[in-house]
Amino acid sequence: MRQSVLPVLTVVAGIFVIWYLASIWLNAAWAYDKATRSGEELGVVALVADTWSQEKPKLPAPHQVGVEIWDTTIEKKITSKRSLIYHSWITLSATLLGFALGTGLGIALAVGIVYNRTMDMSVMPWVIASQTIPILAIAPMIIVVLNAVGISGLLPKAMISMYLSFFPVVVGMVKGLRSPDAMQLDQMRTWNASPSQTFWRLRLPSSMPYLFTSLKIGMAASLVGAIVGELPTGAVAGLGARLLAGSYYGQTIQIWSALIMAAALAAALVAIIGLLQRVTLRRMGMA
Amino acid sequence: MIVEQLKDATEFHRVEPVISAKNLDLTFQTNDGPVHALKDVSLQIGKGEFVSFIGPSGCGKTTFLRCMADLEHPTSGEITVNGVSPEEARKARSYGYVFQAAGLYPWRTIGGNIRLPLEIMGYSKHDQAERVARVLELVELAGFEKKYPWQLSGGMQQRASIARALAFDADILLMDEPFGALDEIVRDHLNEQLLSLWARTEKTIAFVTHSIPEAVYLSTKIVVMSPRPGRITDVIESPLPKERPLDIRDTPEFLEVAHRVREGLRAGHLDD
Repeated sequence: MRQSVLPVLTVVAGIFVIWYLASIWLNAAWAYDKATRSGEELGVVALVADTWSQEKPKLPAPHQVGVEIWDTTIEKKITSKRSLIYHSWITLSATLLGFALGTGLGIALAVGIVYNRTMDMSVMPWVIASQTIPILAIAPMIIVVLNAVGISGLLPKAMISMYLSFFPVVVGMVKGLRSPDAMQLDQMRTWNASPSQTFWRLRLPSSMPYLFTSLKIGMAASLVGAIVGELPTGAVAGLGARLLAGSYYGQTIQIWSALIMAAALAAALVAIIGLLQRVTLRRMGMA
Repeated sequence: MIVEQLKDATEFHRVEPVISAKNLDLTFQTNDGPVHALKDVSLQIGKGEFVSFIGPSGCGKTTFLRCMADLEHPTSGEITVNGVSPEEARKARSYGYVFQAAGLYPWRTIGGNIRLPLEIMGYSKHDQAERVARVLELVELAGFEKKYPWQLSGGMQQRASIARALAFDADILLMDEPFGALDEIVRDHLNEQLLSLWARTEKTIAFVTHSIPEAVYLSTKIVVMSPRPGRITDVIESPLPKERPLDIRDTPEFLEVAHRVREGLRAGHLDD
């Protein structure tokens, strides 16, 4: 753990340096433009200062994003429409609901595929085909259709999350449920175990390492789904709404702070699953 | 005629056939064409016998054992286990099967692993606990009930897997090279333990091996098999006494039996 601190900090520092330099380079044109219009001569120090403090920069500097995040999280009441925490919670709730639905659907389909020959032959191609459709195309359709039948709010977004997150779970769980070897299955046969006994006592426990790996991917996909699901609803609330509103009004700092918030959220969620994975597999003697 | 019938009757009384195979044939269809795993295999195993199957790989010894366990189905011929078909015997849980690998579940303790078949067969909680304690005693693993498989050596794991096969009341034990992956010293020790376990429980044991000393040391009957097609080339009734200390392996009787097994194996190979 300690040996990795220095390399990690070095990389982070490197990223910041590149980021700051890039924001000078990308925002310089606007700074020169402004200076020409007001008839001023721009020195190096003034140029750098300007590129790092514009109101609508092409690429905001890290500290601008940091300040924006600080203002919209710590400084705002959670109930405020301008609080990033509020918007994160909106997105998070859709993500978690979609993730739960997707995991349930994924496991159910995997069990069907493993135990039913017809499903084995027919379901997988459809599962794969479902993922080749661009989510940006199908998300508005889901919202519109569900709205037409009177379902709005959390559920449509969760459906889009589910649509993205069930896929890794199906693939991982099919492999996991099939991971017991021929000897273990023969052993169950010598005890005349029923299919359900074989499932609960052998197949399901054996699939745990595969399940957790799938859940990590599924969770990240689920968050993407929730954000995409917020775009066509007209930017009411959620991180997706912040992204969309930011892009309407050229609020690049707001966009970047929402992006970083989404990334941090995803990292935290995946880390929680990673922790669960470590604890569970260690207790099961599989790690 | 009458004399012969009488003789048959007394034979039947002396050794009731627990496993009986008549003209067993088994052909696997593979991409390279049919493989004759078993050809015209006939054998009777009496109650309380310890029968070893020995032969080079591909001789069908494991396949034969799997036929007894209803894990493989003969193409033709007849086989009965406890007087019924292998499938009925399997459903009646009349045998315990020990595989080459211990196959213990890492997420269950040793006790939990032994309890597994008992849970599947629906024994009561109280009965389960009693049986686990008893078989752990039997394989000299008392005190290891709460340990996990990874905390045990390979030999101890294999003993736990034997305990698991003994936990329910099957009077037949089918063992497929159970000590094949263990080193010589551990193996000697386990062989000794297995003999004493056999003497105490009076089970009928069918034991697949490719070690001549192991087969001779353990068995009352040694079945020598040879490959292509898999068949029985010799059946040797062991003259050794039931009481067998490890150093019996240096006696002339032992060496004589071992010699005959070796001859049998060689004869099988000359046919190639």
